[in-house]
Parts: sequence; structure tokens; C-alpha cells
Amino acid sequence: MNTHDTRPGSTGGADTPGPLHGGPDEDYTPEQLAAMSLDELDRLGARYDGVEIMHVEPGPEPGSPLEKRAVRQIGTVFTLAGLCAFASVVIYAGSGWFLPTWQWSVSESGWSAIFTPLVGALFGAAMILVGVGLVLYTKKLLPHETAVQDKHDASAFDRATAGATLVRTAHNSGLARRKLITRSLAFMGGGLGLMLIMPLGGLIKNPNTGDPLGTTPWKQGVRLTRLDGSPIRPGDQEPGSLETVFPAVPGGNRAANAATMLIRLRPEQVAANRPRPGQGNLGYGDYVAYSKICTHAGCPVSLYEQETSRILCPCHQSQFDVTQGAKPVFGPASRPLPQLPITVDASGYFVARSDYLEAVGPTYWNRRRI
Amino acid sequence: MARTATAPGAPTTKLGTTAAELDDRLVISGWLRRTMNKVYPDHWSFLLGEIALYSFIVLLLSGTYLTLFFDASMREVAYAGSYAPLRGVEMSAAYDSALRLSFDVRGGLFMRQLHHWAALLFVSSIVVHLLRIFFTGAFRRPRETNWTIGVVMLVLALLMGVTGYSLPDDLLSGTGLRIISAILLSIPVVGTWVHFAIFNGPYVGESIIGRFYIAHVLLIPAILLALIALHLIILVKQKHTQFPGPGRTEHNVVGNRLFPTFAAKATGLVFLVFGVSAALGGLVQINPIWLWGPYNPAQVSSASQPDWYIGFLDGSTRLFPAWDMNLPGNYTIPALFWPTVVIAGAMFTVLALYPVIERKLTGDTASHHLLQRPRDVPVRTALGAMALTFYTVLWISGGNDVIALKFDISLNAMTWVGRIGMIVLPPIAYVIAYRICLGLQQHDREVLEHGIETGVIRRLPNGEFIEVHQPLGPVDEHGHGELAYGGAPVPKKMNQIGGARRAIRGFFSPTENPAQVELEQRAEDRGLAAAEGDRELTSSGRPSEGGRPSDGGRPQEPRD
Repeated sequence: MNTHDTRPGSTGGADTPGPLHGGPDEDYTPEQLAAMSLDELDRLGARYDGVEIMHVEPGPEPGSPLEKRAVRQIGTVFTLAGLCAFASVVIYAGSGWFLPTWQWSVSESGWSAIFTPLVGALFGAAMILVGVGLVLYTKKLLPHETAVQDKHDASAFDRATAGATLVRTAHNSGLARRKLITRSLAFMGGGLGLMLIMPLGGLIKNPNTGDPLGTTPWKQGVRLTRLDGSPIRPGDQEPGSLETVFPAVPGGNRAANAATMLIRLRPEQVAANRPRPGQGNLGYGDYVAYSKICTHAGCPVSLYEQETSRILCPCHQSQFDVTQGAKPVFGPASRPLPQLPITVDASGYFVARSDYLEAVGPTYWNRRRI
Repeated sequence: MARTATAPGAPTTKLGTTAAELDDRLVISGWLRRTMNKVYPDHWSFLLGEIALYSFIVLLLSGTYLTLFFDASMREVAYAGSYAPLRGVEMSAAYDSALRLSFDVRGGLFMRQLHHWAALLFVSSIVVHLLRIFFTGAFRRPRETNWTIGVVMLVLALLMGVTGYSLPDDLLSGTGLRIISAILLSIPVVGTWVHFAIFNGPYVGESIIGRFYIAHVLLIPAILLALIALHLIILVKQKHTQFPGPGRTEHNVVGNRLFPTFAAKATGLVFLVFGVSAALGGLVQINPIWLWGPYNPAQVSSASQPDWYIGFLDGSTRLFPAWDMNLPGNYTIPALFWPTVVIAGAMFTVLALYPVIERKLTGDTASHHLLQRPRDVPVRTALGAMALTFYTVLWISGGNDVIALKFDISLNAMTWVGRIGMIVLPPIAYVIAYRICLGLQQHDREVLEHGIETGVIRRLPNGEFIEVHQPLGPVDEHGHGELAYGGAPVPKKMNQIGGARRAIRGFFSPTENPAQVELEQRAEDRGLAAAEGDRELTSSGRPSEGGRPSDGGRPQEPRD
């Protein structure tokens, strides 16, 4: 067997394309095509694709001042793009080599402060100039043509023939009659579908096991500490001040729902204080402790305005009144901030008397109400 | 070799033979010719979707770069990088690597900012593209499917944004994450289960950054890519819509062929989008995470705002009243559920189903390939204006604290302005938009009937002054135009119908010979220069005059 084996396979006979090969090659011989100009061929192909070139506005005449000017312009734009690109590379690679270092330190306002803006500006300028150059080229030098392409509606012939092939196969398969097969297929599909999504079960965790949403690291005897871990005594704070405190347990100052505001009320606030029913004795002297986690969307409520006794959540502007048991007085929050029962231990430091009496943070479906 | 040299039309150049070799193997020239000959309508508003596509490409490129340095882990580390103020601070590995990417990787900050800017551009261009499709009726049959795919892609783009800006684990993104957690918890019945499935436990856990990461870099982009491909295949299959105009019908597309005009312009646009993102990424600081500090659930900055495209949800959350629904059996539907899950869900559902809704309401089930001018469909335009107003009120309310601060307004007042505004303003916008549409329609009809105001005042023999109108086409015996409105813009200035010569080209000095241009213009048979001899100006066209088409200003020059 050699590489010029022309045997057409086992059936014998000449190996030529069948009668369905056809197409435009039947209508135009290579000789005819070779005799046509580029423009003619272009239009012929376009027409074959249902496109008619209606109107061509040729570009500027070769050698005309208009053309020279456009060429100069576009050449300048592309050159500038190249310049910007090279400059960007030089600054990127050269910083710390023959240019000052690019690494920025807070105090510095020299080269390293303009490194990123410079690289970005030149990078961007190079890209923008390439884009501008391309658009200018199309607008100023290429011929402007208007072409019209036909839109074809759905073909009845295609629909009938394709439909026939499908329906015929459906008939031949006999699925409509062979009920056992369709039913077993449906059964199989259901089973396989479930099996394929089954591994997602690994994601599911029971949110009610151990009540993680309703409990915090606070419990009886846990000290109230600052972010740095130092404990707090009554008298450390001025009246009217607020301090964020955390439970003195490992990781307590990073726990998502433990942050608490320890507030020392001013005398007039103490006089006006109307705690929630049944929660009048949770504070200690003029100190009260409320959860810092907003009951609306869980942001830390952080802004305390002691003149109005209001605490504002910066996320959605819920406002809580400290002298009314941290009841929401404005905004989208619907529940008061839970209060932490506090007292002072033998060493004179603030400790929690228990965990919060209710779940802190945003409301959820089966949250216990008190 | 000899055989190919003699065959007629056989390629003679090296490039030509290569192309022929390729075509011999792939039989690709037919497909290539069809592709190159495909006609694209030429209108700037058709580029909006392309901008979205190209910014997505920029996002893929820059995002891939960022993954080389980002560590999506919530392991606690002490920062030891080169940004002095945070050195020694405990933070998550994610934030640590985002800082190192910004300060210790050459050009890393540029790439991070480029990525963020491209993301903003991506969502913006999708939204503007959507508005264009909406107001011009491009979503009508047969394009409802592509509309729905587009809305799904918009939602995915928002998810891309949320999962993306949550990754650095700084104080701002952590605050956003906390709100996402609260929103998940607020879903009735299954909320806590969904939350525990996504966060792998209660907030915050150690899994969420890693899970958001894989969603952000693989899951959602893969779905988006598949949908983009589908969107484009359907677009190519159905061909573009076009605005009505000369020679444009429901059965053709008038414009430029893909090659070379459209391809060159599109390539130019790729570079422009990339360039603008890059310039912004270098010049305009965005999300300076080193200023926010590491996330701590007990800390927050004032004016914590999400990226612009989530602002409307932040706003609805701020405005919605504290309406918890306490159900029997100690069950609660939190107030937070309504402004986030329900409002957002309803907005996007209505948006996705709008083509079906409009089809039901108007009973218009025909195929449309010609676009509508917004004024010609006043109800839709007014509905759109209404929806936009609602959205804008929510969006502004998402920053109501900043507005209150900067303009020294009470924060509570801003909240009430938003609450009342979101109910009162949309209907007002509807009425105004509707009236504007009718007014514009009427003016089009008036110009078609009475002609363009020329600004030329004539005094009639009886002393009456009239303004001469230029009819746009043939007139009847009363001097009224006989052209019908065709859905295309009606020229309303003399310059638009060649009332003036075209400007001589040249920016600083003329690059053409004015006399030459004038000659060309005469030859082209349009404009005043050509029409000098047979210009026909009619009267104001007021019916009371009974029309004077014959003597309507023909011989008189305005200065007479």
C-alpha cells in the first residue's frame, strides 16, 4: 500500500463526491471565479449570504491632503500608544532598579506614591490610544459602506423535515407503547437526580443543636474585659460614657455575638431610667450592659449620643434608647438590644451574672421571645 | 506544486497558500465568509452590551492575576507586611494576603483597583444596556428568551460583586457579610438552615471566605460564561434589531458588515474599555482596604456603604418599618425579610417576566425587529420611569446618612423622605413621563403636518406676520404635509434636512477647500446650495389661512 492509494474503499467505483455535493460550486467554475475582480467576488459572496451592498462612500483619495492628514493623525495616535506602553513597562520594571523603589511607606510622598497612578495612567492611556486609533482608522480611512441583510423567517420546509425525523424516531422507539420502559426511565431519572445532589447533604447542619444562635460565651462569673483583655471596675468610667466589653474567655474579643456595651448612666439618666418589665435589676448601680449586636441586621451599634441617651446603628440607622431598656425608637430595628445581667465579683471587677436572657443579634424564625 | 500553480484562482502568495491549506483541512471559508458578511446595525446604543462583555473579559484577566496572590483563608495571622500602621495586628489570612497584594506585589494595587473598577463598569453597562433594551422594546417577541437570560446575568453579576467585595475580609466587607448573614437568618422557616449550610455554622465561622471565593472565581463565572455564550448565539441567530429609518424593515438589517468596519470598531471598543478600567485603576483610588482595618464583629465604620449596585437594597432595608410578624407558636417573620429578600425577589421577577406581562396586557404577539422610540409607547416608558424613580429613591436612601451629614439634615427626616418618596414619587414620575411622551408625539405630528419652523418671519399684504414653515414632503391643497409618522426621528431643524452646508473639515484650520466642498454639495443634490433654484417655502400652514402652497414665500428672500 502506498500513499497514493486511490482505491475508494470496499465498494469499488470512482471516489467522487455524490450529487448532493453541489452548491455554488456548480454555478461558478473556478475559471469564472478567477476572471472576476476582488470587488465582484466580494459582492457575489455577500449576495450569496443575503447581503446587498447599497452604498459605498470611498475613503479619502490616495495622496489627497485629507488622506495624508488622516494617516499622520492615526500614525501619531498609534505611536503615542506605543510610547505610553513602553513608558509603563520602564516604570514598572525600572522602579527599584535605576528608578527609586516602588514600595510605599506611609510617610513617603515621593516616587512610590505616584508609582501606581503612573503605571495605571500610562497603561490606560496606551490602551485608550489604541482604541482611538482603530476607531479613527475606520472613520477616516476605510470606505463607509451601507449593507442590507435579509432576515429569514422560520422555514416551513425545515420545520416539516426536521419534525418528521424526530417524530419518526419517536414512533420507531415505541416509547409511547412500551410503558414499562418509560416508567422505569422516570424512576431511574428521579433516583439518579437525587443521588447526584446527595453529596450536598454534607452542607447541612442543624442550627438548633446546642442552640448556637441563642447562646454567647457569657456565663455566670465571666469577667467583662476590654479589647486588650483588661478587666473593668466600677469607677473606671465617667458617667455618661460607653465602653465595649468582651467576655474574658479565649477568643472572647473576636466572638461574633459577644460584644457588649457597658454604659455608665448619668444621674439624670438613672432618674429617667425605665427598664423593660422584669429586667429592672440586671444593671449594677448606675451601670447597664447591652448587647452591641443590632437586633436588625447584626451590625455593631456604635454611636452613642449621651445627651439624648440614644445609640445609633450606622448600618441602617436604627436608634435605641438606653434609658428605656435599649428599646428601638426609630428605624428598622424592631426589638430592644438584649441586656446582660452584671454584678461585681469578690475582687471588685465586673462579671456577668449569666448569659443574655434571650438571643442576641438579628431575628430569626424560631427565636424564643421573652 | 505544478498542479496548484496552473489551477485557475489558485493562490500565488505565501499567505494565500497557507489560507488554502487551512481551508483544505477545516473547510472553513464558507463559514468565515458568512460571518464576515453579517450585517450589524450602526447605533451607539448597541455598544452598551458590548461594553459589558469586554469589561467581563477584563475582569477575567485581572481576576486571574489576583488569584495568584490571594489566600482565601480565615486562619488568624499577625500581619508582618510592609504597611507599617497594621504591623503586628491579628487578622485573617485573607486580609493579610489582600494587604500584601496591595503593598508587596509590584503593580498588585493597580491590578486590584483595575479589577474593582472593571466590576463597577460591568454592572453599570449591564444596567444601561437593559434600560436601552427596555425603553426601545427590543425584548419583544422573538427576543423574550434573551431578555430573561440577560436579567439572570444581571442577578449573577450582582452576586459576583457581593462575593467579590466580601473577600478581602476587611472591616467594611465584614460588615457587609454580617448583613448578608442577617438576611439569610430572616428567611421564614428555612432561614437558619440556609444560613448554617452557607456559613457552615453560626456567623461568622471559618468557612465563608473560602466558600465565597470558589463561588466568585469558579461557580458564578462559569455560569455567566455559559449564559453569555447562549446570549450571543441567540443574538446572532435572531439578528439585531434596528431603529426604523430609510430602507429599514422588519425583514432586513441595515448597517455595516462585520468585516472590516464593525470588527475594527468593536476591537477599538475592547481597548477603550480596558484602557478606561486601567486608567481608573491607576489614578482613582477605590476600596483602600488598609484604611478599614481587619474585621472585628464589634467594630464598624460610619458611612459603611456597599458598592453602588447593592445600594438600592441597603436603602430599602433602611426605609422599611420595624414590622416583625409575630406568629403563634413563638415563630417570627423578621422585618428584615421584606425589604431584602421579598423586594429584591419581586423586582427581579417582574423584570424577568416583563416581556410576558406586556404581551398579555397589549395582546401584541407578533414578531418585532424594528425598535420603538420611547415616546411612541407612553405606557411602557412611563412604567420604566416609575420603576427607575422607585429604584433611585431606594438607592439614594442607601446613602441617606451621608446626605444627612453633608447637608446637615436630620437623619430621621431623610428616612421619612425616603419612606414617603418611595410611595409618592413613582406615580408622579409615571404621569410626568406619560405626558412628556404624548407631547413629543404631538410635536412630531405637528412638524410632519405643518413643516419645520424656519425662523423666517414674513409680513402678509394684510399686515399679518407669519413664520414660514418648510414642509418635509409633498403637501395637500391646504398646505398640510402628507407624510405619515414612521416611527423614526422627525427632523425639526433646517440643518437636519440640509438647510445649511456641511461644516468644512479641520480642527484648527480648514483641511478642505471651501469652494470645492460647495461644488461637491451641489453635485450631491442636497442642501441649500443645490436647492437654491427650486426651494419651496410655504406659509405657517395654519388652517385658518386656508393654505397658500403656491405663493407661500416662493420668490421672496427672507431679507426682503
